Amino acid sequence: MHTTVLILLLLAALAPMGVRVIGKSAGLIIATVSLAITGWYASRFGIVTAGAPILETMSWVPSLGVGVEFLLDGLSLTFALLICGIGGLVLLYTSSYLGDSPGLGRFYATLLTFMASMLGLVLANNLIVMFIFWELTSITSFLLIGFDFHRESARRCAWQALVVTGLGGLCLLAGIILLAIASGGSTGPEFAIRELDPGAILDSPLAGASVILTLIGCFSKSAIVPFHFWLPNAMEAPSPVSALLHSATMVKAGVYLIARLEPTLNEQRFWSDSLVAFGATTMLLGAALATRHVAFKKLLAYSTVSSLGILVMLIGLGAYAAAATYLIAHALFKACLFLVAGTATHIAGTKDTEAIGHLGRSMKISRWSALLGGLSLAGVAPFIGFAGKELTIKSGLNAGGLEAILLAIAIGLAAALTVFASIQVAFKPFFMPGPHKPEHAQEATWPEWLGPIILATLGLVLGLAPFLGMVPLVESFGASLAGAPLADDVTLGLGYLLWPPSIPLGISVLAVVIGIGLFMGRSPYRSLLAKTFAWDRFGPERTYDRLVGTTLASAQVLTNALQNGSLRSYTRIIVLTATACVALATLRIDAVASYLPSFGALTPFDVMLALTIAASAVSATMIRSRLGAIAALSGIGFAIAVYFVLHGAPDLAGTQFAVETLIVIIFVLVTHRLPRFARYTTNLSRSIDIVIALGLGSVVTTLTLLAMGSTVASPVSDFQAAEAVPSAYGRNVINVILVDYRAIDTLGEVFVLAVAAIGVFTLLTIRPSREAEATR
Amino acid sequence: MNSVIFQVAARVLLPVMLLLSVVFLLRGHNEPGGGFIGGLVAASGYILYALAVNLPESRRLLHVHPRTLISTGLLIAILSGVPALLVDQPFMKGKWIEVTIAGFEGVKFGTPFVFDVGVYLVVLGVTLLMAFTLEERYQ
Repeated sequence: MHTTVLILLLLAALAPMGVRVIGKSAGLIIATVSLAITGWYASRFGIVTAGAPILETMSWVPSLGVGVEFLLDGLSLTFALLICGIGGLVLLYTSSYLGDSPGLGRFYATLLTFMASMLGLVLANNLIVMFIFWELTSITSFLLIGFDFHRESARRCAWQALVVTGLGGLCLLAGIILLAIASGGSTGPEFAIRELDPGAILDSPLAGASVILTLIGCFSKSAIVPFHFWLPNAMEAPSPVSALLHSATMVKAGVYLIARLEPTLNEQRFWSDSLVAFGATTMLLGAALATRHVAFKKLLAYSTVSSLGILVMLIGLGAYAAAATYLIAHALFKACLFLVAGTATHIAGTKDTEAIGHLGRSMKISRWSALLGGLSLAGVAPFIGFAGKELTIKSGLNAGGLEAILLAIAIGLAAALTVFASIQVAFKPFFMPGPHKPEHAQEATWPEWLGPIILATLGLVLGLAPFLGMVPLVESFGASLAGAPLADDVTLGLGYLLWPPSIPLGISVLAVVIGIGLFMGRSPYRSLLAKTFAWDRFGPERTYDRLVGTTLASAQVLTNALQNGSLRSYTRIIVLTATACVALATLRIDAVASYLPSFGALTPFDVMLALTIAASAVSATMIRSRLGAIAALSGIGFAIAVYFVLHGAPDLAGTQFAVETLIVIIFVLVTHRLPRFARYTTNLSRSIDIVIALGLGSVVTTLTLLAMGSTVASPVSDFQAAEAVPSAYGRNVINVILVDYRAIDTLGEVFVLAVAAIGVFTLLTIRPSREAEATR
Repeated sequence: MNSVIFQVAARVLLPVMLLLSVVFLLRGHNEPGGGFIGGLVAASGYILYALAVNLPESRRLLHVHPRTLISTGLLIAILSGVPALLVDQPFMKGKWIEVTIAGFEGVKFGTPFVFDVGVYLVVLGVTLLMAFTLEERYQ
């Protein structure tokens, strides 16, 4: 399993080069690999659905016993098949859809990185590893939404998606850490999801906080109210991205995690109730908002929001089989519709479904994909979408009491609005007249129509014959959520659903009738809806805009206050902050005096050096010439180096000498071209500086004394000195520490050095561009 | 700076300082020295030369751009951690072999030394990049 993720990452690294060398047919190879990986997962189908999850571990931090555990059970298998399968078809589609784009290589690299991350996310059995992949999907989604980065709106929407899902990610991180703590350390250092202890979490005072934070994370990712606004804006991305990320897979990451944590948290009333409440609200709101739009992808996006709400609600209701069925059905028909929408927009030259007419006459194959996908979305028998919807209504009714009545009304209403939406997006532009009839329109090339028709046909075949893999997958998916095999048989067969006539079937039929009715009377309905646009300013998107605006404005105020361009005030702020921090830390130590070291006898050398340092320091502040002040400062440094020599630290001394020399040279280089030194400050300002400087001097002195006095029982240096020769083959302990014991620290330091040098280089060589000069 | 003594001294000092820096680097593991100070000493030599003679001449003697030194150094430092990975040990765990160089038997050669060479190059490159750029700017 780890290999599949690595293969996708490797492919991502090679993709840009591949596209450059062999052109857009590289997409065919990439798609084939992805479909081959789907095949590998399909070959595990039998083992997993027989009730034997596959667990594989790769060593990660062996010294801590931490590994990367991948778990393939019904839940992750379903997702893996969707990610790689739909991913493969989308990659194929892209080779034609974006075939002429100069960014094709970059697109493949990002999309493949996304697929690898998403696959890792659903397979990971450690919360932390899962979280890393989770964040990676957010970042790749950001890059893909902003794929067309020349457009300002694409950049804005990409940024919005990143901020919303990124903030959610932070909440999620806090949430999962609290979960692991609440679980009483049962998860070990790996934060293994399987080891979470439901009982301990239920009893823990942290339960509430951890559940709320985790839910915020999942809701923001899956565009659940009130975070739903980012998803329709994410439609700035190219159609293949919308199909794969923003309907079939990434937005379902939140649903996935909710499902994954369901066995652990389903005892918590708050968890289940929130899922049902937020899920149902999102379902209804998404379906209603979808009917406000006539643009292909906007409409589909809101319909996706509605579907995500349904999934969350179903998990909250404990209707695992329904959730599994609806999830698979939705991935199939929504990915299909997004791909067809992309092609149709290309061919028609507009995305307005109301304007386009009789597009089906030119798109001879895609029209069938649209029709079949649309029927599945509408929940018409015998498509798999029908089974999904029937089970959803049934689960709502099973809630019992008032809740059942409310849920049934909400689900029925949402279903009716969805029927309307699916006619608008999948039937109207292809089979009904419209003012805009593209001349000479032609069906797209085969990579573009093949994927959608496969997905649409699958929706029909699985609906007609659910025993072809669908039932065992749903059962095994449900068992992952329930933590045990499902009690009831999964009934997806059309016979069971259609006969004998039942209340769900009645609601379903009613929904279709109302949906068709709404579509017939869509002009008055739309003008009625138009009135609701005024409410948008109370909506969450405006709240988001206001929050971002306030943050930027306060950042501006803070920057102006702290960074006013005066070197003196920068120095003051830095020195005062350092002084305050050290002073506060010192004040918190009890019995400071007991830490002070005892002084041995002072040699004349020590006294002389101390006097030299003091004299240099004082004269550095008095001398009225830059070079003189620099020389005085370096006097301090050299005297300290001599101290090192006297007290047996030749390494430090050598480095100090070299650094001191270089500092003087660089100082001279910087200052010797400056105008003559002059004094501009008032006496008051200088007096303040003296006080600030003396403050820092005294806290540093105190700190040094305390540090020397506070030895631990067995200094680590003893061990380091003892082990230097036998295990590190070096007699110079300092060097052994630098290049062996703590080599990774040193590696980090040399990287920091390199980055700093590049920064200095850039600052020094930067020149205003000609345009910038012209506008001055 | 048009001082003849300074110029002559710099011409003599550069090779001496470079040699010294290599000595520092080589003996670093057992005696005072190491890649960091070695790099600093070598950089001082080039900077001295640039100040005494001129900058283009010093750059020419360096043969490569300081940026190349930085990137090469980082690469070497990272690669020095790889041999341990190949024998399934944590990244950067020191690996040693004994080799015979120029008739000296049992000379120990290990990945920490390779790492130190990387540090040497990075420090040399960083210092020179900053100093050369500054000097260029103010000339």
